[in-house]
Amino acid sequence: MSAKSVRVIPGFSATLGLTIGYLSLVVLIPLAALILKAAGMTAQQWLDTLTDARVLASFRLSFGGAAIAALINGVFGLLVAWVLVRYPFPGRKLIDAFIDLPFALPTAVAGIALTALYAPNGWIGQLLPFKVAFTPLGAIIAMIFIGVPFVVRTVEPVLQDVDSELEEAAACLGASRVQTFLRVILPSIAPALLTGISLAFARAVGEYGSIIFIAGNLPGVSEIAPLLIVTKLEQYDYVGATAIACLMLAVSFAMLLAINMLQKWNRQRLGGLS
Amino acid sequence: MSRAATRDPILVRWLLIAVAVSFLALFLVLPLAAVLTEALRKGADAYWRSLGGDDTLASIRLTLLVAGIAVPLNLAFGLAASWAIAKFDFAGKAWLISFIDLPFSVSPVISGLIYVLLFGAQSALGPWLIEHDVKIVFAVPGIVLATIFVTFPFVARELIPLMEEQGRDEEEAALTLGAGGLRTFWAITLPNVKWGLLYGVLLCNARAMGEFGAVSVVSGHIRGLTNTMPLHVEILYNEYDFVGAFAVASLLALLALVTLGAKTTLEWWHRDELAAAGRH
Repeated sequence: MSAKSVRVIPGFSATLGLTIGYLSLVVLIPLAALILKAAGMTAQQWLDTLTDARVLASFRLSFGGAAIAALINGVFGLLVAWVLVRYPFPGRKLIDAFIDLPFALPTAVAGIALTALYAPNGWIGQLLPFKVAFTPLGAIIAMIFIGVPFVVRTVEPVLQDVDSELEEAAACLGASRVQTFLRVILPSIAPALLTGISLAFARAVGEYGSIIFIAGNLPGVSEIAPLLIVTKLEQYDYVGATAIACLMLAVSFAMLLAINMLQKWNRQRLGGLS
Repeated sequence: MSRAATRDPILVRWLLIAVAVSFLALFLVLPLAAVLTEALRKGADAYWRSLGGDDTLASIRLTLLVAGIAVPLNLAFGLAASWAIAKFDFAGKAWLISFIDLPFSVSPVISGLIYVLLFGAQSALGPWLIEHDVKIVFAVPGIVLATIFVTFPFVARELIPLMEEQGRDEEEAALTLGAGGLRTFWAITLPNVKWGLLYGVLLCNARAMGEFGAVSVVSGHIRGLTNTMPLHVEILYNEYDFVGAFAVASLLALLALVTLGAKTTLEWWHRDELAAAGRH
């Protein structure tokens, strides 16, 4: 196969040209506009924006809240995936289909629905001794909601593929079920679990629609970073908005890179198992 | 073939099932139930009346228009991109795929912001656009652009792995037998990927109709003119018209349920003909 093979299938330059053209027009050039705008900012402007107490507080809530929500989703997502894969019970298929609801339900709808539930007079809110809606806790509830499918969907297929012979071997060698889970099953699904948690985190950091209704949006307390971008835009503070957006974008890209590496690790793990 | 050693005690099973189901009921079922309850709080008459309002109808029309432009464009793009990527080898393919996925990792608010920076009055293009009376930001074109951006990867990322999996043999056979390129596409490629294509379009459409953050930044919130359904939900909600807000929300929730139902049906019946990877 040393000679370059002749392309039989037509349309390469047309479809690739269309793809790159459309991609540049819709995605790359607009994103470049943001980076260009940021590149034109002076060091002082950066410093002013990024050391502003209100900006720092919004980052704390967006990143900290997203981390808490992602960890909670990690625990419950693993549990849900485990139950759905391992235990046949009536209604399992229906529940499995329902997991993707947060992907399909518009975020504004989720936002007002969660607010109605967790408001002081709501179905859940009136049962709780503390306030959830209109506090940072509300933001975390919304972040948990939108992150539900990520961990379940990344762990499910890997859990299905875990070799039952490994578990039998562990049992034969005298391991208890808990030991088998911790020493045999958990290590083989760890990359998938981490991938799911990272995806849920990345989604929660950028989330806007479902949070702004329930969080109360008090500057410095329950205001998320994406909302601060919107606020700065409304005040024609394009520099401030751009700086916050750039920082968030940098974190998203770092997350993307980490997730790609996790998935590579995941594939190697799977390759080694089968 | 006893598997007792790898089975969990019945008590543990039911306990775990109970915890998992409670978690999902709390976070998925209750919000949906809340939407319906709140929408019907003042009876069916109030529900239908609020859906018949002029601004509500305008928002439904705008949502349909925006999705009607964004989805076909992204469908055409998805087909072109997957054809180029799956049927040919070229340098930089992995980069191209990463770039296509890019909009998924950008916050919706930033997706709107980039168009404001590009086409807003303060941008380099701004004065020219004003002079020629071209309205992009705070008008329908901006909403369409932001929607295209956030729904950009759906069709492509469903089709690329699917078409890569199916290889090139069938197309090459058809071409060798004398079929033209377009005929090969219509008769061979398209039937092979039709369910995956439908799957991608469904998800793309659900997001296009439901997008809030990106559209909110570029819309300008002009009632009856630049409010899509999700934005109208926000306006009604902030005006304390809760029945109205939840009534429009119930339509969007219905759209979500129909999308989920159709998606699940496709997964059950045509699992083999959907792409194996990246199911979200």
